[in-house]
Amino acid sequence: MIAVRDLVKKFGSFVANDRLSFQVHKGEIFGFLGANGAGKTTTIRILCGLSYPTSGEIEVAGHDVYTEREKIKRKIGYMSQKFSLYEDLTVSENIRLYAGIYGLNRKYIARRESQLLEQLGLQHIKNQLIREIPLGWKQKLAFSVAVFHRPSIVFLDEPTGGVDPITRRQFWEMIHEATREGITVFVTTHYMDEAEYCHRVCILVEGRIKALDHPASLKEQYNSKNMNEVFIKLARER
Amino acid sequence: MRRFLGFVKKEFQHIFRDVRTLVILFGLPVVMIILFGYVVTNELKDVRIGIWDRSRDQVTRNAVNKILSSGYFVLAGTLDHEKEIESLFRSGKAKVVVIFEQDFEKSLVDEKRASIRLVTDASDANSAQLALNYLQGVLAGFFRSVNPDVELPWEVDIRSRMFYNEEMKGVHMFVPGLMALIMMLISALMTSVTITREKEFGNMELLLASPLKPREIILGKVTPYVLLSLINAGTIIFMAYVVFEVPVVGRLWILMLECLLYITLALSLGVLISTATKTQQIAMVFSMVGLMLPTILLSGFIFPIDNMPGILQWLSTIMPARWFIVIVKNVMLKGTGFAFIWKETLILLGMTLFFIMAAMRRFNIRLESK
Amino acid sequence: MRILYTLLVKEFKQIFRNRFILPVIFIIPVVQMILLTYAASLEMKNIKMAVVDQDHSVASRLLISRFSGSPYFNITLQASNDKEALRLLHRDRVDVILHMKDDFEKKLYSEGSTDLQLVINAINATEAGLVKAYCTRIIHGFNSQVRSDWFGQGTRGSVASLEIIPAFWYNPEFDYKIYMFCGILVILVTIIGMLLTALNLVREKEMGTTEQINVTPIRKIQFVIAKLLPFWIIALFELGFGLILGRILYDLPIVGSLWLLFLFASVYLFVVLGIGLFLSTISGTQQQLMFMSFFFAITFILMSGVFTPTESMPGWAQQINIINPVAYFMRVIRMVLLKGSGFRDISHDFYSMLAYASVILTLAVANYRKTT
Repeated sequence: MIAVRDLVKKFGSFVANDRLSFQVHKGEIFGFLGANGAGKTTTIRILCGLSYPTSGEIEVAGHDVYTEREKIKRKIGYMSQKFSLYEDLTVSENIRLYAGIYGLNRKYIARRESQLLEQLGLQHIKNQLIREIPLGWKQKLAFSVAVFHRPSIVFLDEPTGGVDPITRRQFWEMIHEATREGITVFVTTHYMDEAEYCHRVCILVEGRIKALDHPASLKEQYNSKNMNEVFIKLARER
Repeated sequence: MRRFLGFVKKEFQHIFRDVRTLVILFGLPVVMIILFGYVVTNELKDVRIGIWDRSRDQVTRNAVNKILSSGYFVLAGTLDHEKEIESLFRSGKAKVVVIFEQDFEKSLVDEKRASIRLVTDASDANSAQLALNYLQGVLAGFFRSVNPDVELPWEVDIRSRMFYNEEMKGVHMFVPGLMALIMMLISALMTSVTITREKEFGNMELLLASPLKPREIILGKVTPYVLLSLINAGTIIFMAYVVFEVPVVGRLWILMLECLLYITLALSLGVLISTATKTQQIAMVFSMVGLMLPTILLSGFIFPIDNMPGILQWLSTIMPARWFIVIVKNVMLKGTGFAFIWKETLILLGMTLFFIMAAMRRFNIRLESK
Repeated sequence: MRILYTLLVKEFKQIFRNRFILPVIFIIPVVQMILLTYAASLEMKNIKMAVVDQDHSVASRLLISRFSGSPYFNITLQASNDKEALRLLHRDRVDVILHMKDDFEKKLYSEGSTDLQLVINAINATEAGLVKAYCTRIIHGFNSQVRSDWFGQGTRGSVASLEIIPAFWYNPEFDYKIYMFCGILVILVTIIGMLLTALNLVREKEMGTTEQINVTPIRKIQFVIAKLLPFWIIALFELGFGLILGRILYDLPIVGSLWLLFLFASVYLFVVLGIGLFLSTISGTQQQLMFMSFFFAITFILMSGVFTPTESMPGWAQQINIINPVAYFMRVIRMVLLKGSGFRDISHDFYSMLAYASVILTLAVANYRKTT
């Protein structure tokens, strides 16, 4: 689904991404881990077509990121750190807006919308403004909106920031559900425990890939009980 | 103290990093002076006129020549028909049409009277009046020269002296107003915006939680703008003097002191506004529309206050700019001393104190309610 | 197409949920239009005059009576020497001093000509000019009266007279207000259009939702149109609203075709909104944008001919006015409303605006980047 070779991104003389190479397979949950400032958001923005890479070969959903960005955008979904729903629109209006942007037809949208609201248990607030609903619901809603149009890949940039552990758990269940429906998930986070939920994990330290494997293999390799320990050991390696 | 200076330094850095705003802050007064000095004048030149000479004799031809060589008028076209006046006006090709009656010279010689019609496009009333005056002047002069034997006797000669502004330069009027406006803009608007910005982005709480005292925060935020405003005031005066020869007849130090007072007033107003606004947008729109616009209109900057209806005149008394303009006019252009402006200065002082107290009270209330 | 519709729905909803917008669209214009039109009069009334009459003759008293009988002048002091008068001038208690020496009438009889002095406070040069013009008019009137009343008999035979007959079209009552009102309407519509559009865009940039939009397959031009159209409609509505207000409050004449006016306004707004849009693509923060728009708005407005005719401006200013859209609209609105000009009369301005709109919109769209 995603093929990256020697991706480099520089901001002036600062190298944010230093020759990253990795692949993401269809249907998997690919975790992109690292400390704050390691370069995760930079990469995800490049993969989404929001930012130009300095160099490297990058293919997303079968299209080249340099020449076919708009085609890529039709097949992907994105959820940013800020959840980017419109605060001054209602739950229902936000759903309809993004669904409309992806070109879904009205009847389909109406049907799916009521399905979704029921699933999330949000029917009673469907006409409330986003700025009035609690953070946990916003987060789940943002994700649902991002996958509403059934994209091939969905990119999640630190989607669980500021949310309590129970809600985080529920959120990851939603992600698993999406995978079951065939959507590939590319997620960045700095919560190491979330790495356990991914099929494969890539750990970024100071712009370079330090590890790329299944969480189980990594824990074995670094003789650690959990991913947190793996990360600390990796970070210490200089 | 060191804390405070560190804070002030940060504020300065903030401002200087925002190059675009800075360019405009310094460029604005310069541009405004040029505009008001050269562009916004009420003198007429190159007025387009149409000529309908129904007589075409020597006298009328000479008259037309006189008009066109006066420097005020430019020929837009000649007419043969009454109907053409309408199309000339409608298309904006001419503002005035001069019509000489038939057999002009003959009537003048035989019947001792002749008439000229001046039809003006009066949609712009003032320009029309001025154009008319000029034309009448030119024609009267021409007529006198054509009839030397008729020395219009019992002539009243008008000698006029233009006080404080011999050459009748338009700029003089605007310099005080410009100073008032720009200083108000920088001090009030910018202050309210920058404080509100901190609030909006949540930094204000951070600052309040720090060891800096609230009044230190305010002072720190405000200090750079005092400097900027003074520099701008100085720029305006300097440019006015250098480019347009607007004199500074009075004492410079009084002028500067009054500027400082006015700046303080504007700053406290800005702080007061910021205690009432939640987002930058509101602060800006309010400052622009609620402050700038009335200042421009009602302070006597462009439009004379005496001409306004009663309510507006009353409203104008609560515009600080109005009093400041009076002060600057007196000190800078007339050279009067303190004796003349003590009343206005007192008013400004009073307003400043009021704003400061109101701002402080509001600021403390917000703190307590946190 | 449906995408555009979806976006427009969102924009309108957001606009009307913004608590501010409605007062800005309705209250502020109303207040402005009322205030401005009354305040913005450059007419002179109640010119305060001090008379120093050292002659006290029939002639001097006659002249003084002409001034006191004029609605423009208000004689606040009659003195016998000019010290007091000058003091009042210095204190801004009078605007002009009329000074006649003690041989005013005598010279008239003996030498056939006499003189008087006017001292005018010229700090406001415009006012001073008008004061002088008004005084001159009254004095000339006095002059003619003196000539014909007192000396007319004997000399009528040899004095030829020139009659100058003025006629004032489109505004026979010299109502300055209507002229100003047009100017104010233009200013309003322009500011609302430009400012609101630009603010809206940058606000979204600052909130971060633009990023979410950039990730979608929305085309740049769809996004731009969705951002412009609502304010275009609002600004046109403003224009209509303003015209109605003008009609009710000031009996604004509508001599020409309203369709023509709105047609031109539509194109004009594309230019103005395009400029706002373009400015927002080069600003990082709302503050920067505000300042830049304020700067351009004020400069363009001052140069547009709202207070002073563009023909009187120096050459270089008139050159700059070629790219000043406000100047065009200022011209056209006065021509169409007050004089009833038709399409042919404004065709040049119209086509210029059309070209300008294409250029600026293309620039703005090109400069808007989905990818940085």
